Amino acid sequence: MSAPVSHAKGNYRWEDPPDEEKYSACVHCGLCLESCPTYLETGHEQQSPRGRVHLIKSVAEGKLSISAGFENPVFTCLDCRACETACPSGVQVGSLIEAARGQIRKAIPLTGWKAFLHSFFLRGVFPHPSRLHVLGKLMKVYQKSGLQSFLRKTGLLNLLPRHLREMERVLPAVSDPVMKTHPEVIPAEGSARGRVALLAGCVMDVMFGEINAATIRVLTRNGYDVVVPRGQRCCGALHIHAGDREQGKALARQNIDAFLAADVESVVVNAAGCGCALKEYPELLHNDPEYHDKAVRFAEKVEDISQFLVARGYQKPRGRVEARVAYHDACHLAHGQGVRSEPRQLLREIPGVEWIEMELADRCCGSAGIYNLTNPEMAGKILDEKMKAVPDQIDLLAMGNPGCMLQLMMGARKHGRTAAIVHTVQLLDWSYEREARQAAGQSEAEKGE
Amino acid sequence: MPAIDPIVHELARIVGADSVLYQREDLAAYECDGYTVHKHPPRAVVFPSCTDEVAAVVKYLHDQNIPFIPRGAGTGLSGGAVPLGGEVIISLVKMKRLLHVDYENRLAVVEPGFVNLKLTNSVAGKGYYYAPDPSSQYACTIGGNVGENAGGAHCLKYGVTTNHVLGLEVVLANGEIAEIGGVPDAPGYDLMGLLTGSEGTLGIVTRITVRILKNPEGKKTVLAYFDSVEEASQAVSDIVAAGIMPAALEMMDKTAIEGVEAGTYPVGHPKGVEAVLLIEVDGIAAGIDDQIAKIVSVCQGRKVSEVKVAATEEERARWWANRKTAFPAMGSISPDYLVQDGVIPRSRLPEVLEKIRQISERSGLRIANVFHAGDGNLHPLILFDARIPGETELAVRVGSEVLKVCADAGGSITGEHGVGIEKKEEMRYVFTDDELEAQLQIRDVFNPRNLLNPDKMFPKPGRCAEMRAAPVEIR
Repeated sequence: MSAPVSHAKGNYRWEDPPDEEKYSACVHCGLCLESCPTYLETGHEQQSPRGRVHLIKSVAEGKLSISAGFENPVFTCLDCRACETACPSGVQVGSLIEAARGQIRKAIPLTGWKAFLHSFFLRGVFPHPSRLHVLGKLMKVYQKSGLQSFLRKTGLLNLLPRHLREMERVLPAVSDPVMKTHPEVIPAEGSARGRVALLAGCVMDVMFGEINAATIRVLTRNGYDVVVPRGQRCCGALHIHAGDREQGKALARQNIDAFLAADVESVVVNAAGCGCALKEYPELLHNDPEYHDKAVRFAEKVEDISQFLVARGYQKPRGRVEARVAYHDACHLAHGQGVRSEPRQLLREIPGVEWIEMELADRCCGSAGIYNLTNPEMAGKILDEKMKAVPDQIDLLAMGNPGCMLQLMMGARKHGRTAAIVHTVQLLDWSYEREARQAAGQSEAEKGE
Repeated sequence: MPAIDPIVHELARIVGADSVLYQREDLAAYECDGYTVHKHPPRAVVFPSCTDEVAAVVKYLHDQNIPFIPRGAGTGLSGGAVPLGGEVIISLVKMKRLLHVDYENRLAVVEPGFVNLKLTNSVAGKGYYYAPDPSSQYACTIGGNVGENAGGAHCLKYGVTTNHVLGLEVVLANGEIAEIGGVPDAPGYDLMGLLTGSEGTLGIVTRITVRILKNPEGKKTVLAYFDSVEEASQAVSDIVAAGIMPAALEMMDKTAIEGVEAGTYPVGHPKGVEAVLLIEVDGIAAGIDDQIAKIVSVCQGRKVSEVKVAATEEERARWWANRKTAFPAMGSISPDYLVQDGVIPRSRLPEVLEKIRQISERSGLRIANVFHAGDGNLHPLILFDARIPGETELAVRVGSEVLKVCADAGGSITGEHGVGIEKKEEMRYVFTDDELEAQLQIRDVFNPRNLLNPDKMFPKPGRCAEMRAAPVEIR
């Protein structure tokens, strides 16, 4: 309750209230409705983008207070931004939702186990790479020591809530984080054409270190020195989504410093949610006089890996990957960053790929950061809807976001699908690898002659 | 915690507790539809999932003498779904199934909450489509389209909703279920025509049989830019006079172009043009190129500054997205807008536009003009800022003046958006007291207690007798 009065806007009394310019742009036309997964699920106006913006505006106008009845629709939003793609007048719903969440968390702080989990994970673990790595190690021990199979056999895991149980079943075999396995600078293959930094990410590096390793291989193969700055932290997206703007801002400042110091032409990201958050640092820090300009300079460098490769030109892969492939648009790539064609181009140019365009490819899978943990019931329904659109006859379902990968692994298992869930970059990496192997095999053969 | 309204329990008994909204915040989301000038929260919102539930809800409300309003997606532009008197909203969005498609007889049966565009998408694979295409078709429901007798860009050639409805299942004001139509050219009065466009005052449609059409063999689209609105208007008249029947003939003026270019679907209209025409012809493939050539030459006769034909389907789709999102795109250049819906004889277009321009100048409010020019249906968008005290009222007055101009030019006050709250008083521009009274008598047959969407469509006080007795002046 200590915020300066100047921030006050109706019943928003803390720093960073939802921006009046942004909610004023909504003319209440309703063209967003059919794009909103939670509206499609409930049919309730307050669970639609238009309804939420209307409520956010009503609080600013002092007509509603920040109450549980306001909290529910604002936190039921997936923050998937599909409405932003649909909106004819460019209302930035995601930003409004995130700002409203910040206000709600001030007015109605979390209590009980939710507060504990929030402070333990979001404040205690995610901002600290070393603790995150310990968590990763523990998971590895869990998976490799036989504890996992023991617990699965004993049925003790059945004590977990259903959604956690489902998630536990699909946990990928944890590989080592590149922050540990790779040096800070990995040189390009041959002569360097540029120098880029990689955001290792928190979940990505701990759960999917192999994808980071693949990203580094793809970048170095294309002639880039890759820096993995040791000072980098979690991007803060999860914190901002949860309404913890202070922690989000602290992480943003650390990342800005770490990456600007790395002196690179581009900050390459392979996790859609993180990329979107990084690109939005200028807005997050809009009233930070020291960091705002730096945030702008930083954000200009941020590029999704697919965007980066297609824009700069990349070596066309020649190794065959014989597979029927479909692509799922991560919300924060398609709706958040407008990146749709680049990943498709990367995938379709891989020899041997039989392309299958999926219907409703840009419909949210329900992962939405930690939404599948905080709103498991809704996330489950949205996942079921998503799975209806996933074609049966595919071998691989590619995407550009680790959260979506976990969620869709769960979906595939739940719906008895055999398709493997992969990252776009992994496919490219496989193709390069096969190409290299074939070349090696050929030169062996030539030597033999 | 305020005590829960006792009707909530009764409604929940019919539809289930998950399907009734009554919390303050939830109701606040229902305080207006696409028309935001007047707002009021409903007493409750109830979501029936089948006809029987609609009937049971209506019967309960009727027996309790509680007024109610049917609502679809809430994209209406005249306030038809705004619960001005705190009515109960009956939302039909959970009844959203496509029940049946009969390609042989070219018809489809849908529930009222089925979204307009989804019908076309569902039958497109077999080469069919549903013709009425209001600009809100991405979200609006066919039930709502029936309520408002919605039109769309292509109604110039294909007609409005009423021309495509073949049969209706309706829940009447007392909860009885009635079937209307179903056979072509049914004898007796055209009740379907009466219900279509009745704005929820005569009954609640719960099942709709509509026509579906075979896709035209060919289709081409032209974009033509003009340096004067006058020349563009003349070109519209010339095209029709030349014997061409375009599928759509749309116009946007300079301010409207500014809005759509600032919105989500810009197409790169050149700066400084005064008007753009979007013309589409469709039909048998063989004749289309001739028609396009004729249109291009007509435009050239009217000092067109640039005219081009869409080269690809993507380009055509982009031009349409740009046009169809024109209303909401105004959100990019103005915090609020009020869209009007006048109709005029096509030949009076230049003169009416000049009068609208004068109204804009006098009031100081910018007016962007978007029209279905081919059938003389104008959509002047009055741009304003509701945060400035008095500006909303001014915008409403300006809208009324514009409608007066349309009515005086021999036209009407609404082409496709309905009367709702917005144009109640303006009904007097086109109807005499006796004519209004005759319509109220028809309403009484279906809705004797005036429980169904009360206080919409007709000026207040609605009755001549009451009006004569009323001490205040109306206008």
